[in-house]
Amino acid sequence: MTITKTQRDILGSSALRPDGISKVQGDFAFSSDLHAENMLWGATLRSPHPYARIVSIDVSGAWKIAGVECVITAEDVPGQLTYGLISEDQPVFARDVVRYMGEPVAAVAADHPETCRRALAAIQVVYEVLTPLTNPEHAIDASHEPIHPDGNIIRRQRIMHGDPTATAPIVVEGTYDIGMQDQAFLGTESALAIPDHDGAGVEVFVATQWLHEDRKQMAKCLGMPEEKVRLVLGGVGGAFGAREDISLQVHTALLAMRTSRPVKMQYGREESFFGHVHRHPAQIWMRHHANTDGRIVKIEARFVFDGGAYSSTSSAVLINGVTHTQGPYQCPNAVVDGYAVRTNNPPCGAMRGFGVVQACFAHEGQMDKLAAATGIDEVEIRLRNIIHTGDTMITGQVLESVAPLERCIRETAAMPLPAEMGSHPHELDLPGGSGRTADRRNIVRGIGWGVSMKNLMYSEGFDDYSTARCTLTNGSVELKFATSEVGQGFVTLAPQIARSVLGVDNVTYDTIDTQIGSAGSTSASRQTWMSGGAVDGACRMVRERLFEHVGAVHNIDPLRLAIDDTDIIDTVGTLRISVQEASANFSVSETYEYHHRKTEDLDENGQGNCHVAFAFVAHRAVVDVDVELGLVKVVQIATAQDVGRVLNPMSVTGQIEGGIAQGLGLAVMEEIIVTNGIVRNPSFTDYLLPTALDAPQVVISMIEVPDPQAPMGAKGVGEAPCISVTPAIVAAIRNATGKSIDRCPVRPQDICF
Amino acid sequence: MPIFIPSSLTEATQLLSKNPDAHLLTGGTDMMVEVNFNHRHPDTVIALRNIPEFQRWNIDTASGLVHIGSSVPYATMEHGDLAKALPALAEAARTVGSPQIRAAGSIGGNLGTCSPAGDSLPVLAALDAVVHLQSESSRRSVSFAEFMVGPKRNSRLPNEIITGVSIPITNGWQGYAKVGVRNAMVISVASVCLAIHDNKVRVALGSLGPTIIRCTESENWINSIGLANIDHSLAKEFADHVRAESRPIDDHRSTAEYRRHAVGVLAARLLLRGVQK
Repeated sequence: MTITKTQRDILGSSALRPDGISKVQGDFAFSSDLHAENMLWGATLRSPHPYARIVSIDVSGAWKIAGVECVITAEDVPGQLTYGLISEDQPVFARDVVRYMGEPVAAVAADHPETCRRALAAIQVVYEVLTPLTNPEHAIDASHEPIHPDGNIIRRQRIMHGDPTATAPIVVEGTYDIGMQDQAFLGTESALAIPDHDGAGVEVFVATQWLHEDRKQMAKCLGMPEEKVRLVLGGVGGAFGAREDISLQVHTALLAMRTSRPVKMQYGREESFFGHVHRHPAQIWMRHHANTDGRIVKIEARFVFDGGAYSSTSSAVLINGVTHTQGPYQCPNAVVDGYAVRTNNPPCGAMRGFGVVQACFAHEGQMDKLAAATGIDEVEIRLRNIIHTGDTMITGQVLESVAPLERCIRETAAMPLPAEMGSHPHELDLPGGSGRTADRRNIVRGIGWGVSMKNLMYSEGFDDYSTARCTLTNGSVELKFATSEVGQGFVTLAPQIARSVLGVDNVTYDTIDTQIGSAGSTSASRQTWMSGGAVDGACRMVRERLFEHVGAVHNIDPLRLAIDDTDIIDTVGTLRISVQEASANFSVSETYEYHHRKTEDLDENGQGNCHVAFAFVAHRAVVDVDVELGLVKVVQIATAQDVGRVLNPMSVTGQIEGGIAQGLGLAVMEEIIVTNGIVRNPSFTDYLLPTALDAPQVVISMIEVPDPQAPMGAKGVGEAPCISVTPAIVAAIRNATGKSIDRCPVRPQDICF
Repeated sequence: MPIFIPSSLTEATQLLSKNPDAHLLTGGTDMMVEVNFNHRHPDTVIALRNIPEFQRWNIDTASGLVHIGSSVPYATMEHGDLAKALPALAEAARTVGSPQIRAAGSIGGNLGTCSPAGDSLPVLAALDAVVHLQSESSRRSVSFAEFMVGPKRNSRLPNEIITGVSIPITNGWQGYAKVGVRNAMVISVASVCLAIHDNKVRVALGSLGPTIIRCTESENWINSIGLANIDHSLAKEFADHVRAESRPIDDHRSTAEYRRHAVGVLAARLLLRGVQK
């Protein structure tokens, strides 16, 4: 696509990121770059075992080391001993038992990271190793003792919709396995905590997705009032869901409070793999019943999400999974059973796509099986089944969102395929890349499809509102919000909104911190809609006040005034005055709280209006496969995505290309390998992320049908790109090889044996 | 922690004699990772990058040997005259890490670390390279087979420094291929170097056993048949011979079964490339 630079950085322009140049040049201060006078370093002692009883902890050795200022364990937690986003079941420090490899047991503060390392080594923990629960089915069949007082089943949710006895002549079924993906952000967890001089409060600079939720959980565990815990967003080097749960926040603040000195904690790459939750590995069984014309009559499904040791957001991930069983297709009858279970595997929680990635991998595999069973083409079978605005979903909820799904599929199908491989392709373009494993004759090309719908915002009755303040002074605007900028570009978008609404050019934003109401989390594709809605609302309120002011000065009814570029005009008269001039010696500030429409909990049969809105996308993948070696090169991804309205074309392009790379990772290489609860590959040497040589050509069409429910008409675009691209790539591998592959990531041995 | 940066080989060997526990540093692409991960805690470091002869390489057509100094980085081997003289080494060098790693990592470091997954090592094994070692008082040269004795173990004595390698120039085709689960910047799951000299095939395998494996049985079998007779079906048989000589293990990077399968595929493909079929 071509990016057209308009003169003003208003909505619809490819305004540049305000932090872009400093990030590229290395000047941007990420949270790991923060420093304070007299600062100590913090470090965490972690369990080497997935499941063990703690017999004793002797920290005396650590205290004897010169430079060690503080050693803390569960005994030192002043407030609540556990925390969690939905259920507070995770200890700040393990006390009696450790439930996953890497669980924090103690923390130290010292004058130097090396002193910290020695101090951790000097702490003696005696463990009685227990047999870990690592098979999720054993959590369900109760063949293993409860590993947590809350039991081994985090949540079970059924969906019963329509006629459960309905049948149809075509029946296809499959069992799909999705591996444990990591968010693998590049900026590891880090925080700097600075205690107040009076010892009554603490200021914490941290890379997070949701400042206010962090503060709430921290205050409880620290035993402090929330207003005494002030959070400031540290520079965030990516998030993708991994910063939704707290990690080092309580530890860092507690060490700072205990030592009355600033304390900084920063995880290394290996520790980071143990320091945050991952994408749930899942096993999903589905059976689709369809008529001979390919139309779906009933879907049966069973989901098992392995939540690992603590619940994190597992119950919400489960709901997203089961409620997306049907995918973007009509389905009159459904019988679904889903479990999120507790095991001694690494805790899992939020990651881009949040339960829908897993469901989509299964339902898209099913659609291809349905195509094969009915002899209907993969594109046609999807078009015959697509869901429309006004259709009832398997939860009984009526789809209200704009749903330009047919356009997504047809525009994707119309995109040109990549050129056929020539007789002498460049060696780096072949599967195997720089390893030069393949010759032209070893390569087979395949094409595959994936289509998905994804809920936007939080579900099940949760009011994840956002707050923003707009202050107009002398023609300049300052915005204030607590929206975590994790790389998604809200700091670019918010000023664009203000420029469009108010006709100003000079827009700045204040420090992102807890000195204003919550913005909710930067997740669930929600910030453009929610915080964008809040900024838009605050700017509109200010505009009203400005019009009142101009109306009074010029004796015009303010309702006649409008913004035209950078001027205020009288729509039925001749007045034209620049906003700059009109707001001279004028100052106004307004705060706006944006709430989305209310949703409901699901009942025991999985019925309820639980979701706010949906976005749609289609992906077509073209892959080259070296069948004999099982190596894959993704050649091209074509995609048409329902975006509502494009507010910043470059930002949307970035989200789409990045999401596709992440979905490609899950398709062919990214997996945390866990054996008996032990993580085998906690490094970027062995947890493989796609490189530039693995990234495909991406062809994009942004489908703009403004959604009347969305502020500014724009849907969130962050998650959709990474959801159906994974099944599309795997389908293309199936197409190339003729093999039935029902797991991702696809490993070489899954192809060649 | 003292870090010595000798500017001559003599000075370096003297320093090592005085500090036999010193860690030798060239590009640092292995060592600094270990230090950063707290797997290694050097008390003394001798950095070898300022020793002029370690930076040098030359192609001696009279003796039929290429000499490569210990600190010559992979980037130098990727292109130009060195790549023309040793195409398999160039192909191996191109698979090492990222451009940044290839600018720093060196053949001496690959030998010093001596990992079975070391990318240049199958080439040295297949080409019958000789490794040069020097201490304060003596110097010796050993064949690669004698040099590598186990996983991350070699026959370098504590007072010796690897000064470089000599690699015979072959008069036939040579090539290298490596399987990793990513198209670049990946540790080898299986790698093969195949070289032809005087119409005889030589094969060495990486990541397929505790050391680099030279497949002498497979070589004898294919050489008894003769290059001129090789076709696709013989290449498949050759693959099985190579598989039989491999000693792969299961680990988190791959399975023994896949490694054994893949190495045969690579060997067969390289053989067909070598005979242009």
